[in-house]
Amino acid sequence: MNDAPPHPTDALLDVQDLVVRYGAVTAVDHVSFTVDAGETLALNGPSGCGKSSTVAAVLQLRRPDGGEVRFEGRELTTLTERELRPLRPRMQPVFQDPYGSLSPRHRIRDAVAEPLRVQGRWDPTGPARVTELLDRVGLNPAYGDRFPHELSGGQCQRVGIARALASEPRLLVLDEPVSALDPSVRAGVLNLLADLQDELGLAYLFICHDRAVVRHFADRSIEMRTGRLVPA
Amino acid sequence: MERVERKEPPLTSDDVLLSVRGLRIAFDGVAAVRGLSFDVHEREVLALVGESGAGKSLTARALLGMLPRGATTSGTVRLRGDTDIAAQRGRRIALVPQDALSALSPVHPVGDQLTAAVRSVARVSRQEARARAVAALDRVGIPDAVRKARAYPHEYSGGMRQRAVIAMATINEPDVVVADEPTTALDAELQEQVLRVLGEQREAVGAALVLVTHDLAVVREHTDRVLVMYAGRQVEQGPTEVVLSRPRAPYTAGLLASLPPDDVDGHSHGHGHSHGVGGARRRRLPAIPGSPPAPDALPPGCAFAPRCPLAEDRCHHEEPQPWTTDHGHEVTCHRWDEVPHPATELFLEQPA
Repeated sequence: MNDAPPHPTDALLDVQDLVVRYGAVTAVDHVSFTVDAGETLALNGPSGCGKSSTVAAVLQLRRPDGGEVRFEGRELTTLTERELRPLRPRMQPVFQDPYGSLSPRHRIRDAVAEPLRVQGRWDPTGPARVTELLDRVGLNPAYGDRFPHELSGGQCQRVGIARALASEPRLLVLDEPVSALDPSVRAGVLNLLADLQDELGLAYLFICHDRAVVRHFADRSIEMRTGRLVPA
Repeated sequence: MERVERKEPPLTSDDVLLSVRGLRIAFDGVAAVRGLSFDVHEREVLALVGESGAGKSLTARALLGMLPRGATTSGTVRLRGDTDIAAQRGRRIALVPQDALSALSPVHPVGDQLTAAVRSVARVSRQEARARAVAALDRVGIPDAVRKARAYPHEYSGGMRQRAVIAMATINEPDVVVADEPTTALDAELQEQVLRVLGEQREAVGAALVLVTHDLAVVREHTDRVLVMYAGRQVEQGPTEVVLSRPRAPYTAGLLASLPPDDVDGHSHGHGHSHGVGGARRRRLPAIPGSPPAPDALPPGCAFAPRCPLAEDRCHHEEPQPWTTDHGHEVTCHRWDEVPHPATELFLEQPA
């Protein structure tokens, strides 16, 4: 497999021979996978298997030590930070801890508006866009005036999703998005993600350790163990 | 499995070990546990189930007489009739906490800590206590126990540390072990191992187990009876098999309905690498609408009513009282006999 020449694909995300090292430790050891537009690929494995390092390298939050990450046909690993900037909004992360990913000092409305402001897309339609996004993730737009600590975990996770959607992404990297949520609100958040995918054609790279959730939610799944993919 | 014979008969006529009546726990006037009554019988495994804020961990702490400062309590907790639970801790009742590091001292070797635990309740020589400590580590499956007894907690992996804590909790052969989310911090494979070890040790010393969890798959596999809590109250309690196969409270029914199918069965159908069922993914899960209430913002009437598809007028005004249905099955709901089974349709929401 590793000897095959690099091949052009129409996959939205095409990761080939990804390597991430921390000193002498190889956390991700020649991992390859693809995610098509509108598809959900689940990545699971025990803690310490290299899932999070893979996610960081795919998002170019940590530059990989080897391999290629093609997104919308462009090789990301050789791009400069400046060249990456216009691409970043199109691949957005949603993290496990719904409170940790929101600033406690910012109102919900501002948290959702932030990507628009940072990307220079804030204009007179901004407030209406924020209201629309909150409504889209099933939150009463009146919550926009609240602070994160006034919301439940499930509501905060919906805010995190609204914030990711503000960038109009094509790929969401969902890192254990329901693991920290109360059982009674998990199914609602999974349903929301399924609806958004149907409606917007989003692709998901879905990190999850719960096999039943993976089976229900993902089109395909791959498993990592000590830095490598387990053969299917 | 070797069973240890009890030296004294139970004080009560039946086999109730631990008896909780009208337990109420409040902080600054805000009640987090609001009138809870249940029994734990000899050698049984009782699950205490609920989500964050339901009051399950506080209840577990009350069982051990170790509530945090500032808690005001009323009601009673009796261990074999004795209300001074704190004095029994480490002897007749012991804790397996969620975070093993908090249960072990970082500055003493694990074996020393187990030896000290033995000598705190039994007059035995240091060598004898040491031998029991090593044997206990060996029983919970720690390889090379003699050497590992000399190691410090940070030299253990997460799973091994949790095993050491189980050894610590069971070494004095308590009557009751309280395990507070003992596997939440571990990944799926380790969870199963740790629960198995906990079950084996409980069985070996003949203790009852109170298992605090939010995971219904764990409840199904590992417990005899279950008490489901919501917003500080009992929603439902009864034999695990009965409650999970025929839930009578809308909250329990909704939780079960919202699990992806395999979770409920507790079976693993292989690793399921790829499955090209494009249509299956689009199937929405039944889901409970809304979020659990904060303890200081409880709705009037039944605390679940704002999220309950069966709620009617009286549910919003009148708090329901526990009602016995059958087989020791209690439910706290005005409309328990109208809860459908399965409740799939009841909780299928329209796309938001």
